Amino acid sequence: MTVSLAHYLTVAGILFAIAMVGIFMNRKNLIVLLMAIELILLAVNINFVAFSAYLGDLHGQVFVFFILTVAAAEAAIGLAILMLLFRNQSNINVDELNTLRG
Amino acid sequence: MDATSFFFYLFSAVMLLSAFRVVTVRNPVHAVLFLMLTFSQATGLWLLLRAEFLAIILVLVYLGAVMVLFLFVVMMLDAHAESLRQGFWRNFPLALVVGGLISIELAIVVIGGFHSVEAPAAGAAVPDAAGFIAQHSNTAELGRLIYTEYLFPLEVVVTILLVAMIAAIALTLRKRKDNKAIEPGLQLRVQPRDRVRLVNVATVRRAPAAPAGDADSTAQEGAS
Repeated sequence: MTVSLAHYLTVAGILFAIAMVGIFMNRKNLIVLLMAIELILLAVNINFVAFSAYLGDLHGQVFVFFILTVAAAEAAIGLAILMLLFRNQSNINVDELNTLRG
Repeated sequence: MDATSFFFYLFSAVMLLSAFRVVTVRNPVHAVLFLMLTFSQATGLWLLLRAEFLAIILVLVYLGAVMVLFLFVVMMLDAHAESLRQGFWRNFPLALVVGGLISIELAIVVIGGFHSVEAPAAGAAVPDAAGFIAQHSNTAELGRLIYTEYLFPLEVVVTILLVAMIAAIALTLRKRKDNKAIEPGLQLRVQPRDRVRLVNVATVRRAPAAPAGDADSTAQEGAS
């Protein structure tokens, strides 16, 4: 039984679903939320690479390259904001971040 | 079952299990380590798909830089794990419904639409004009594409990285209170009259006619 495109897409879909479940279950922990976002981006990247390999089109891998770059920038800024938040409030509980509430 | 299938199932199983542990484990440091395991297994999957350059980039950039950044931040933040896990299982039914819904929808699309796509010919050896077998290099092809067709998006991405770097530094830079550095703006704005005060001092000064009893205080005023 050879590995087809559907196998890779299934794995990526399950990974995406796991990450969504993680977002719903860790609604208070900002760090785990960031990690779940990284997992979602990884699922998308697996889809891109699988399509690129099976359809013989290299443009998908270029897009993965760009997505990786933007994800790295997003992680850096997200973690910087997290540090700032922890320094100011000494807490990263999402439920208590209601300073801007009117 | 050939070797490719075996490694596909191995990498996929470990990746999904570790991804599940990322979102359920109690200790955030362990979550980051499981995330690193997930990314390393994804690297194996990409190598199976012959995306060598991206696999190596994933190891270098993600496992080497971003995940270590995560690890540093998680270790620096003293996150009270217990208070953050309140209501963890209360959200479980909703999470299960959403996750199941997403899985079913994706399964319908995937099984319905892409089951007929066959694997490409393995290592397609294409003879070039001279008759030699052209060596296929994923990195060279990707580089040619990025530096010709995608040159403008590449520069946009470079700008994004620069902005992200400046933003991360500017957000977390803390001004030290005992810093004695001179502020350049104030230094440039200074006028001569702020620094030097010209005072006309009479060379010869007539002593005021003081009463006899106040001789001491008069002498002190003259001295000062």
